[in-house]
Amino acid sequence: MQKPGKPEPRSLLVDQPVIASDRIPARDRTKPITEEELWTLLDEVKDPEVPAVSVVELGIVRRIAEEDGEWVVDVTPTYSGCPATEMIEQSIVEALQLAGVRNGRIRRVLTPAWTTDWITDTGREKLREFGIAPPQGSASKLSLTGMDETVICPICGSEDTQRVSEFGSTACKALYRCLDCHEPFDYFKCI
Amino acid sequence: MSNDITQNEALQEYLLRLADSDMILGQRLCELCGKAPALEEEMALMNVALDLVGQARNWYEYAAELLDDGRSADDLAFRRDAQYYRNALMVEQPNGDYAVTMARQFFFDAWHYFTLQALTKAPDERIASIAAKATKESQYHLRRSSEWVRRLGDGTEESHERMQAAVDDLWRFTGDMIEADEVERQMFEAGIGPDPEQLVADWKGLVNEVLTEATLTPPPEGAWMYRGAKEGHHTEHLGFILAEMQFLPRAYPDAKTW
Repeated sequence: MQKPGKPEPRSLLVDQPVIASDRIPARDRTKPITEEELWTLLDEVKDPEVPAVSVVELGIVRRIAEEDGEWVVDVTPTYSGCPATEMIEQSIVEALQLAGVRNGRIRRVLTPAWTTDWITDTGREKLREFGIAPPQGSASKLSLTGMDETVICPICGSEDTQRVSEFGSTACKALYRCLDCHEPFDYFKCI
Repeated sequence: MSNDITQNEALQEYLLRLADSDMILGQRLCELCGKAPALEEEMALMNVALDLVGQARNWYEYAAELLDDGRSADDLAFRRDAQYYRNALMVEQPNGDYAVTMARQFFFDAWHYFTLQALTKAPDERIASIAAKATKESQYHLRRSSEWVRRLGDGTEESHERMQAAVDDLWRFTGDMIEADEVERQMFEAGIGPDPEQLVADWKGLVNEVLTEATLTPPPEGAWMYRGAKEGHHTEHLGFILAEMQFLPRAYPDAKTW
């Protein structure tokens, strides 16, 4: 029986395929593709580790530009050792090819370093809906040796939460629990 | 190391030191996969290791380009023997109990953070960009490891004793890590690396602050220090780490990535 005040259990499985090829919108291939269309296209490529948000919403696609007749997509990894980096790059290339862009390539850009400040508002909202607390505050305000952010529970909205571990299931997340609804949740940590 | 090395040689050497320290500590931490004291700690340790191995790869790739002798980043990591490794003695020390694991991490993180911060201002864009990425990760590692030093130091009688013992035991490897040699002085003069004196002052300042907060006694000034990693003289532990880490690529050199 559902206890009063306890949120409905939600499935964390995503019903949308992760692979971009299943989701790219159809387009008129007789016309050359525009930069705007490419942004829309890449907004369909999901982060394999956080499939609720796209690589555009996460802010890891920094720039799309045509250079000497070639489409160059600037991608910045979230973490130096992020194991999803290659897979994301591969998904982007695949999406480009399926949209008919034969002359596209990825350029890995390390600077400026990716920050959670680049996650879009839509991205943050989708993270919350997915059950991951979005990063709170600005990355620049963190202290060197202290951890004192207030993290709001993405399930019941309570501020009474507690950090269980500085790291969660992936490098970009920390593990928290809510002291009100007692649910554990991931926090997309601020860097 | 002779005094008349070129700046390019010094840079290659310096990059290998950064890469090797990241790589060896990453490998050390991975030994705890499946046997960390708690699940949350295991996730944290493996994530820190992942960051370090990722950073090592970035440094190795750049070093391989500068060396330009046909060796790849993987060759640098997996086909050099102990005497060619340039990691700090600190990071090759065994995991010990959790106080040792976290004290070692804290000493390293403090050095790593201040070093990386200086490297973000390097005129060499490649170095600055790798450091800009790594410095954020390192800051997070430092917050975590300093918290553990405080928690264990200012914890129970037993945890205090163990953390004090870990600090006392690992202290002799700090000099090798934080004090500059000719290569590092040359890097500073080239505007790339940190100011050697400033680095030592920053490191000691932070370490003393955290140890004091943790109710631990900092070891005395002028304590005897092990040295030699910068010339390839390591403690006996490195060979065992490399034997495990390098076995597969050496035994199956034709193996490709999956």
